Amino acid sequence: MSNEHSMRRVTAIRNGTVIDHIPQGHALTVLDMLGIDEKTSVPVSLVMNVPSKKMGSKDIIKVEDRELTQAELDRLALVAPDAHVAIIRAYTVAEKMTINFGDEIVNVVKCTMSNCITSNLREPLPHRLRVVSRDPLELRCHYCGRPQDLDELVNNVL
Amino acid sequence: MPVVNRGKAVTGLITMDDLTNEEILEILADAERLLPVAKGELYLPLLQGRILGNLFFEPSTRTRMSFETAMKRLGGDVVNLGDVKTSSVVKGETLFDTIQMVDGYTDIIAMRHPRQGAAQYAQDSANVPILNGGDGAGHHPTQTMLDLFTIKQAHGRLDGLKVILAGDLRYGRTVHSLSHALTRFGCELVFASPELLRMPSEIVADLSDHGAKITETEDLYSMMNDADVVYMTRIQKERFSDEDEYAKVAGAYKLHANHLTDVKSGMIIMHPLPRVDEIHPSVDKTRHARYFEQAFNGVVARMALLCKLLHVPIPNDVTKAGGAL
Repeated sequence: MSNEHSMRRVTAIRNGTVIDHIPQGHALTVLDMLGIDEKTSVPVSLVMNVPSKKMGSKDIIKVEDRELTQAELDRLALVAPDAHVAIIRAYTVAEKMTINFGDEIVNVVKCTMSNCITSNLREPLPHRLRVVSRDPLELRCHYCGRPQDLDELVNNVL
Repeated sequence: MPVVNRGKAVTGLITMDDLTNEEILEILADAERLLPVAKGELYLPLLQGRILGNLFFEPSTRTRMSFETAMKRLGGDVVNLGDVKTSSVVKGETLFDTIQMVDGYTDIIAMRHPRQGAAQYAQDSANVPILNGGDGAGHHPTQTMLDLFTIKQAHGRLDGLKVILAGDLRYGRTVHSLSHALTRFGCELVFASPELLRMPSEIVADLSDHGAKITETEDLYSMMNDADVVYMTRIQKERFSDEDEYAKVAGAYKLHANHLTDVKSGMIIMHPLPRVDEIHPSVDKTRHARYFEQAFNGVVARMALLCKLLHVPIPNDVTKAGGAL
């Protein structure tokens, strides 16, 4: 099945943001990370387990009438670092964006160590995870230094 | 000046990574020169007019008292948080707010906290240097400095020694910081512990990545004969949530003078104290026991660290610079 065909599972949107090439099974986490939930008023389309030449299977999200900012997209570096993002205006791709992987992931997830000082959510300083290595991805808490279990980490989205 | 330290111009001592090997050796040399001041033989008020904030959110005897003694021997003053149960902490004050307040009262802060990462968090919140006096099961770098001072006093060097760390290696922050420092000086390490209390795998991996030669064993006694240092630690009951788990490992090692017949004559036995029954009193009178000197060295090592972080140089000849008490 072609990529083009798989994209047609959801109708084209007039204005908004399309996030393609999300690793299979991570679409709900992506929505969570973007703060998109049942209270969101704009239409959101979600396609999961779509065949992909590049990835085997992938997820796709389309958010209508909302252009996600670079800062919002950078939050996805943890779960969908290679996602393709397109800003759609009047049915055409107006802008292509990539997700930036900086040296730190700030205020996206909290450290997985239960005894870390940041587990007290009333403490006001930002949650900071240092990127020690990109491939394979290795993250450490800026404060306690603990290496992060990536599977566990996606459950700690702020 | 901003209330919150965003620029990170202030440098404290949070982990041993904050010091280079050269800086460690310089601080140990400073400590050596300050010995007569630490012993009260000489008055040298290098830190007169400076105030140390002692913030101990967890019980401490040696660390808190030795910081206080170090500051006072150098002519400085100390303010204490006091008992956490009677402070604002019990009312729900965040660490951030506590640090904001004490930061304004003091020139430097020594801190112990039950949560890991608390010292780094405090440093990010403060404009004055933070000395980490222990954060959960994380780091205890000022203890490491006094341990290194004690080892160097005994052996005249830090490099190439064989050091056994024994007891609670899982929760013992002392051995976590010390093993990193010893690796940097090329020491061979033996980790002797019950299976349940092994050195955390991420620390072993880190040390191995830095070229450490490590042996892990449950058998302490058979490893002692060619060791230069045996560093005993207490099995910390307070770190166990399950009494049965504690009972399985309590009393795992009980070092007795009888165990020392075949060890090297210069081998030293250290312990961060307090001890329970892991070192029998029969060891105290042997030439190997160094734990009480080690506890005293906490004063001199912390004096040198306070001067270093407050950028106060220590005179080359302290006897000329100092006066009689």
